[in-house]
Amino acid sequence: MEFFIAILASILSDSAPIIFASLGETLNERGGVINLSVEGTMLLSAMAGFAVAFTTESLVLGFLAAMIVGAIVASLVAFGSITLKRDQVAVGFILTLVAGDLSSFLGVPFVRVPGPQIESLPIPFLRDIPFIGPVFFERDIITYLSFALIIGMWLWFYKTQPGLQLRGIGERPEASFARGGNVKLMRYIYILLGGALIGFAGAAFSLHVKLGWSHRATAGFGWIALAIVIFGGWDPLKVAFGAYLFGALRASATTLQSSGLEVPVQVFPLLPFPLMILTLVIFNSRGLDRVLNYLPLGARRALTRLLRSNPPAALGTHFEQE
Amino acid sequence: MRVELKNIHKHFGAVHANNDVTLTVEGGSIHGLLGENGAGKSTLMKVLSGYIHADGGEISLDGKKLKRFNSPADALRHGVGMLHQDPLDFPPMTLLDNFILGCDASLLQPRARAEKEFRELCQQFNFDLDTNAFVSDLTVGERQQLEIIRLLWLGARTLILDEPTTGISAPQKIKLFATLRQLAADGKSVIFVSHKLEDVEDLCHRVTVLRRGQMAGEAKSPFVTERLVQMMFGQQLNIGKRPNVELGAPVIEFDHLTLKDDRLTVPDISLSVRMGEVLALAGLEGSGQQLFLQACAGLLPPSAGQLRLNGIDLTRKPYENFLRAGIAYMPADRMKEGLVPGLSIEEHIVLAKRGKKDALIDWTRTRQTATAQITDFNIKGIPTTRVEALSGGNQQRTLLALLPPDLKLLALEHPTRGLDIESTLYIWGKLLERRKQGAAIIFASADLDEVLQYSDRILVFFGGRVIETVRSSETSVEQLGYLIGGKKQ
Ligand SMILES: Nc1ncnc2c1ncn2[C@@H]1O[C@H](COP(=O)(O)OP(=O)(O)O)[C@@H](O)[C@H]1O
Ligand SMILES: [Mg+2]
Repeated sequence: MEFFIAILASILSDSAPIIFASLGETLNERGGVINLSVEGTMLLSAMAGFAVAFTTESLVLGFLAAMIVGAIVASLVAFGSITLKRDQVAVGFILTLVAGDLSSFLGVPFVRVPGPQIESLPIPFLRDIPFIGPVFFERDIITYLSFALIIGMWLWFYKTQPGLQLRGIGERPEASFARGGNVKLMRYIYILLGGALIGFAGAAFSLHVKLGWSHRATAGFGWIALAIVIFGGWDPLKVAFGAYLFGALRASATTLQSSGLEVPVQVFPLLPFPLMILTLVIFNSRGLDRVLNYLPLGARRALTRLLRSNPPAALGTHFEQE
Repeated sequence: MRVELKNIHKHFGAVHANNDVTLTVEGGSIHGLLGENGAGKSTLMKVLSGYIHADGGEISLDGKKLKRFNSPADALRHGVGMLHQDPLDFPPMTLLDNFILGCDASLLQPRARAEKEFRELCQQFNFDLDTNAFVSDLTVGERQQLEIIRLLWLGARTLILDEPTTGISAPQKIKLFATLRQLAADGKSVIFVSHKLEDVEDLCHRVTVLRRGQMAGEAKSPFVTERLVQMMFGQQLNIGKRPNVELGAPVIEFDHLTLKDDRLTVPDISLSVRMGEVLALAGLEGSGQQLFLQACAGLLPPSAGQLRLNGIDLTRKPYENFLRAGIAYMPADRMKEGLVPGLSIEEHIVLAKRGKKDALIDWTRTRQTATAQITDFNIKGIPTTRVEALSGGNQQRTLLALLPPDLKLLALEHPTRGLDIESTLYIWGKLLERRKQGAAIIFASADLDEVLQYSDRILVFFGGRVIETVRSSETSVEQLGYLIGGKKQ
């Protein structure tokens, strides 16, 4: 039991960076813009966050710096794709390369220096709840924030009017415009917010999970965050589920490895990918629709809502109002 | 609400889509806006509902002058709402989400209140809509109903419907008309945009007819159909006078051919077209002409029946076989389907070469051919001119120049749409030369004068069916106008 709790707890806190990055990307893509620069942004902000926290000895400033870096990279994506109407994928890809290299170049003085880190912060009373307490409430502020973000973003999307408008903009900008939405402005805002979250994810990496800075420290997590957004069907809860699933698979790899089992460890980090492809194939197939059609109406709608994972229809397109 | 549009002008590049249009709609009435495809109806209504800004003119509501609306939302705040030809909604969302999106709530979605008022509106109009259903599962008719109650909920007092009867079933149309009558009886004004005579005559109290961006006239119910047809299509009655050409053996034969795509079925066509014959396909856009042309060209396999070319069965054979049999197809969208933007005239000549191709391109010879073709077809360009830099007329000439020499059948979609008179005449000159050499020509056109002037026979399509086959020498623009609108005399 102890062991199990420890594993769950480590999955939750180790997944925080991926949660922030994939939810940040979810926010962008729901608005209709792909920010492909996640990996590069995370690298640059991980470096910047660590450097600032190290020099100023303030974690808050470190995270703030990382968020600003994320927002700056995102503003380039926004400017290139919304204002200049360049291809979003191309702009994001170039930025990911540039930001990644920049992080290596600027980060040289900070490589493998020990620096500050987030302390754990158990929550009184809640921590005493059996099982739940030790798993969820003996963590740290970053992990708590990741919980809050998941729930908050879900509420924003499905319970608030601006969130509904956001979904509309990614789905059919011309119809959103017809209903009074300022498509370009909102896209800008959400890209900057999403970028800030991705930046936050970078700092969560260097100041929380994989302490310190080294060359290419994020090791492809940015790309994984992008894949998890697709896996999660652009829904905050499902994206979070995907992120935790990924975390769980990685944790099992480590555990099995330490228990001396003869399994090639490389297999586990790779597992999520075939799993994702499989889910995508199943959930987007016509076969599923046919099966669903046999169900009673209520169950069918609930399941459709749960399983449907169509990308926002206007993802990657430009909007020009007449 | 009384709506007035005064002296509205709107240009799209060289197209004068609205030319000094003035329109008054009284409160409590249903006002028709009638005109052919491209007459400028949608443009005018987009001006009235704030989607686009007019280049000139003014709008007044209940006598109060406004320069213009800034946006659709602005128009709706003033009480003007529009239903688009393709409903502007969000298919993956639920009806309730769609209903709420765009309302003036600032933070939380007013779901409970909206749901209650949604139900009340449905009850009032006898609509059967479920707030939890997804819009993607609705028919077009139901999506219209959703938009209607949504706009009313947001305070619309003038409702514009752009071609609402395209794509809905007969019972839904009856329901829609009942709804619109009910709205007018409540004092709302309804503007009903259509190219279908029958619908306008059924429903409207008054009608304004647009032709080529200009007002062609107004009429009050009860309508005289001939007058409406005259206003829609212009007055000249043009009995075709074509040089007679001896018709030869059948080139293409259709035997109980049925064509289908996901929107339309064209059932049971039996027909043969002979050497030297010109067959025109008339009808409103999307009535089946395009499917027919694509089937002739081998791009759309028929779902039933047979198609023979020069006596050889080509039913469901690959496109290659059609090419080899001597068929050429010219699509309407020159830049999208006909030419490759970014490539030059000479590069197109290389691409279009049929038969055996060499691995290396002989540029010297290609350039000679290109120069010869450019002179022959009077194209304003040089071999290295990129096709997108050519004007519409020159693009069309380039397409013609690319056709191989000994064709048996030319299938043309709107061969002269958007071209000036000089280019039109030139292109028809070239086409008729082919016909003299024994090729058959099948073309679709929205221009009835063109149809009458150049064809021997006319197939009139309506809603996917061939409702009439007429000889061009025995019909008139007026009669064709009736037929296209779905009216047999
Ligand atoms: N956004 C646009 N850009 C360029 N041309 C346009 C645009 N909208 C309409 N047009 C042109 O304006 C004319 C009138 O179009 P429209 O108002 O859609 O006609 P209708 O609704 O009567 O069929 C057509 O020649 C059309 O090609
Ligand atoms: Mg129109």
